[in-house]
Amino acid sequence: MSTKDQLRQYFGTQGLFRARRLLGRPWGLATLAALFPAVVLADGYPVPGQIGFQEAATPIAEEIQFFHNDILLPIILGICVFVLSLLVYVVFRFNEKANPIAARTTHHSGLEVVWTVTPVMILIVIAIPSFRLLTHQVTIPPADVTLKATGKQWYWTYTYPKDQGGGFEFDSEMLHDAELKPGDIRQLAVDNEAVVPVGKVIRVQVTAADVIHSLAVPSFGIRIDAVPGRMNETWFKAEREGIYYGQCSKLCGKDHSDMPIAFRVVSEEKYAEWLAEASKKFAMKTPVHYAAIDKAAAPH
Amino acid sequence: MSLTLERTVTPHVGHDLHAPPSGWRRYLYATNHKDIGTLYILFAVVAGFIGGGMSILMRMELQEPGLQVFPILAQIINGASPETAIDAGKNLYNVIITAHGLIMIFFVVMPALIGGFGNWFVPLMIGAPDMAFPRMNNLSFWFLVASFGLAVTSMFVEGAPGMMGFGGGWVLYPPLSSNEGHPGPAMDFLILSIHLAGASSILGAINFITTIFNMRAPGMTLHKMPLFAWSILVTAFLLVLTLPVLAGAITMLLTDRNFGTTFFDPSGGGDPLLFQHLFWFFGHPEVYILILPGFGIISQIISTFSRKPIFGYLGMAYAMVAIGFVGLVVWAHHMYTVGMSLDTQRYFVFATMVIAVPTGVKVFSWIATMWGGSIAFRPPMLWAIGFIFLFTVGGVTGVVLANAGADRAFHETYYVVAHFHYVLSLGAVFAIFAGFYYWFPKMTGYMYNEALANLHFWVIFVSVNVTFFPQHFLGLAGMPRRYIDYPDAFTLWNRISSFGAYLSGIGAVLFLYLVYDAFAKKRLAGNNPWGRGATTLEWTLPSPPPFHTFETLPIVSAEH
Repeated sequence: MSTKDQLRQYFGTQGLFRARRLLGRPWGLATLAALFPAVVLADGYPVPGQIGFQEAATPIAEEIQFFHNDILLPIILGICVFVLSLLVYVVFRFNEKANPIAARTTHHSGLEVVWTVTPVMILIVIAIPSFRLLTHQVTIPPADVTLKATGKQWYWTYTYPKDQGGGFEFDSEMLHDAELKPGDIRQLAVDNEAVVPVGKVIRVQVTAADVIHSLAVPSFGIRIDAVPGRMNETWFKAEREGIYYGQCSKLCGKDHSDMPIAFRVVSEEKYAEWLAEASKKFAMKTPVHYAAIDKAAAPH
Repeated sequence: MSLTLERTVTPHVGHDLHAPPSGWRRYLYATNHKDIGTLYILFAVVAGFIGGGMSILMRMELQEPGLQVFPILAQIINGASPETAIDAGKNLYNVIITAHGLIMIFFVVMPALIGGFGNWFVPLMIGAPDMAFPRMNNLSFWFLVASFGLAVTSMFVEGAPGMMGFGGGWVLYPPLSSNEGHPGPAMDFLILSIHLAGASSILGAINFITTIFNMRAPGMTLHKMPLFAWSILVTAFLLVLTLPVLAGAITMLLTDRNFGTTFFDPSGGGDPLLFQHLFWFFGHPEVYILILPGFGIISQIISTFSRKPIFGYLGMAYAMVAIGFVGLVVWAHHMYTVGMSLDTQRYFVFATMVIAVPTGVKVFSWIATMWGGSIAFRPPMLWAIGFIFLFTVGGVTGVVLANAGADRAFHETYYVVAHFHYVLSLGAVFAIFAGFYYWFPKMTGYMYNEALANLHFWVIFVSVNVTFFPQHFLGLAGMPRRYIDYPDAFTLWNRISSFGAYLSGIGAVLFLYLVYDAFAKKRLAGNNPWGRGATTLEWTLPSPPPFHTFETLPIVSAEH
């Protein structure tokens, strides 16, 4: 049973999300939450003062967060506490007042073996879920929807293929301060979000038109560079409707901070409606076909 | 293991053939390793204030969401008009972050550790009268000054259309660094600057390798050499192996920009990712170049102030060799998001995690050195103990980032910024201050005010942690790096981080006062202010040592 299914069995589907919202865990993060005000996480954007990940909206994001919060973080906290404890002990036990005569020990083979082998074992414990997560991220499952995102200075262009009901592309630009409406998030809100259906595997093909950009959406757990002359791919499966934001993640010039990514996740029906409307609104002269995308994406 | 002299050193009082030149010629034409070391340290301090000043400006901008500081700065520095101030300000911010990185790496940490402490103390520690190539040593230093001049010039000529300077990050990725992104001469000035800095370090590395291999005093085998000398040896090999690759990469960029080649231009069959591979093949070993000499200094200091020989000397020396070796084959962990294949990412995850093992050996060995010791908490030891803990914190976030699956979430966010500032500002810089407080009495003959030194330590310790720890939270929450502005939700930790930065600025001023006070008060330090724990050769010499030392070679033996 996958880790996610195990968690789902323990917490229940709704409980899974609520459990993460409360930041409460039997140990560790509970202490952190006690020190800092507990934040109620929102979908798809950061909330003030948060110290952890944005709310996961895809299985990959959940897996990343579990790997970090429940495997990596306890291990690294443990190592830091261990080293700090040793240092504190040494400082109090072996300062020159407490120990005027220094020992002359410079070797202890047993100790040296232990502190070589133990880290190796810890690394193996980390490597197993690490490689599993990596494989899940990089292996793209059969896709329900494919779209292309092109990074430009300084906005994104989303292209929807004709044989999936699209055949159009449109630009997605950040709303500047004067254009914001109540409820819009400064530095994240855009004029046209990329719309995708909920619960479907979305394959995003990413490239760039001028310099290197990078498409990232923290709540989806995705990040892939947009390199001119190169077609990169990533995928996600959004589990809930809503608007999910990310920001360009490779320095691309003066407005690098001003080209966010926004995905609007809607029901299948709404998606079909939007597709029909957008086809008319954003019609391209030479629409993109699925077969052409597939050939371009094949390794060569 | 401590070393004893079997033959004493005869200080050589200058007569005509050997008297050092006086005045400006002594420094412009310097061939003495101590003089050159001093020049490098002064250079590093000046550059440190410039690079640090830039970081204070950056943190002032980031203290609040929105643009407050840089549009005004752009009007002052770049002569922008009020209408173009915002755009010019955004460009200037990118130029400043680029300059901050390049300055701290090439003009602060490397000159301080390698050019400064390396030149001063490697010959003294191995009982050599000077470096193997004293005139080339001089060239290395002045190349660096010229390099800095070119880098500063680049900030004041055109880069991006209608803007001044290169604003593409210290990594210089094309196409942003090609004519596509920065058609103006700023980038070309920067390429030439880095050519000179690279040449400076390559020549310096040749000098250190030759000196260490060929000029150790009789009886000083490699396995009796102080760990600081070992650290410089490994660092020198990394420099000589990887800087030529950087030089190749930036030369290809220069020809792409000016001679019609298309190495990194897909329209001519080239690939922007080629640059990244070439750059990081240098760039990753570069970070070990920045930290290894620091490891060496920490080993000397921990041993001195615990009054115990270093635990596991051979393990320590060969851990550094292992870190150097493995560090050569992990470069693409800086490139996990470029679209590499699964197998490629898997390899780099595996190889990167391997480096944690020798590094852990070192941390545990330092603690084991202190264990059973008789520890004196003098200023150098405060920095060294601080280093051990804070470098561990930075190191473990590096283990997190090594995992490509997790790096997917953290790449190009403030989590990475927090990681490398912990290992650099709280690692390498702590090691630099540790070395400074350890060797200042030897270099100058004066002892500083210890209360001030302790205060300096604590102000810096608190301030850099306040500056950089919250940046982990920003990274987890998804704030990207190299951003002039951010969504309002990131305000709290940015504000706290900025206050930490201002406090560290106060610490820097305190440091300057401490140095002034030491020279003003002239408290004499004597040959060895640190007592029985200081067992390397430099502590047998007067403070400051005479212009020429070890003109009669010491014969070195080991005693257990």
